[in-house]
Amino acid sequence: METKEKKPLEKVCIICAKGNLEDVYASLVMANGAVMEGIETNLFFTFFGLEGITKKSMNHLHTATTGNPAMKMPGGLPFPTMLGGLPGVESAVSAMMRKQMDELGMPPVDEFLEMITAGGGTIYACRLAVDMFKLTKSQLSDEVKDIITIGEFYELCDGDRTQIIFT
Amino acid sequence: MAVKTIAGVEVKVTEDGYLEDMTQWNKEIAKEIAKELNIELTDKHFEVLNYLRDRTIAKEALTIRSVGKSGIVDIKQLYELFPKGPLKFSSKIAGIPKPTSCI
Repeated sequence: METKEKKPLEKVCIICAKGNLEDVYASLVMANGAVMEGIETNLFFTFFGLEGITKKSMNHLHTATTGNPAMKMPGGLPFPTMLGGLPGVESAVSAMMRKQMDELGMPPVDEFLEMITAGGGTIYACRLAVDMFKLTKSQLSDEVKDIITIGEFYELCDGDRTQIIFT
Repeated sequence: MAVKTIAGVEVKVTEDGYLEDMTQWNKEIAKEIAKELNIELTDKHFEVLNYLRDRTIAKEALTIRSVGKSGIVDIKQLYELFPKGPLKFSSKIAGIPKPTSCI
């Protein structure tokens, strides 16, 4: 009989470095999915990714309406870059996207972060980026456990069944 | 598909061990599947299981978020009841199909 030894993932360390709606959600869905599978999960926000854990901005993330070739009009036609640059368009399109996500049952960012920590996942902010953007711990979501250096983050990534994912 | 005897009843199960037919489920079967997952079922567990079964009959897609808003448990308690598999293990024990949701 053929026996296949499975070596399931034990830990994922996800780095979110961009603050677009889709980039932050990609990180959140992967992190929450890992927690739900019983995988130890560390989620590290850095650079513009900090938008996703900053209280003021986290529930109002935008998607880029210029420089985004995949962006389509509601009917499926290409979205003209010139249109995307007009004042208010990015806000309106982003609000529409957040609404569609809500209709699919996707939680807003603050609730998503709570879901991840409720399951035992841990959320960190990058020391260097926090200093660069002159943020303080109190401006970040209460779900953020700590502000750590990249070295400390790597220490959390030990184990031979650990994967680091950069989004 | 395979046939497995759980708690003295012959049931059809999928490759992953989920019941094929949720009407074959009973409390004893639930207890035995839970045991395999190292979970001792309490009344609170059964409240969640019954909720999951009701929602499945109503053809609603299940997410941990919807269970968290059910008023029975919050998400943290759901993880405490079904460690490392809040939706997968609870669905398996509830005799309903493997969850297809990403959230």
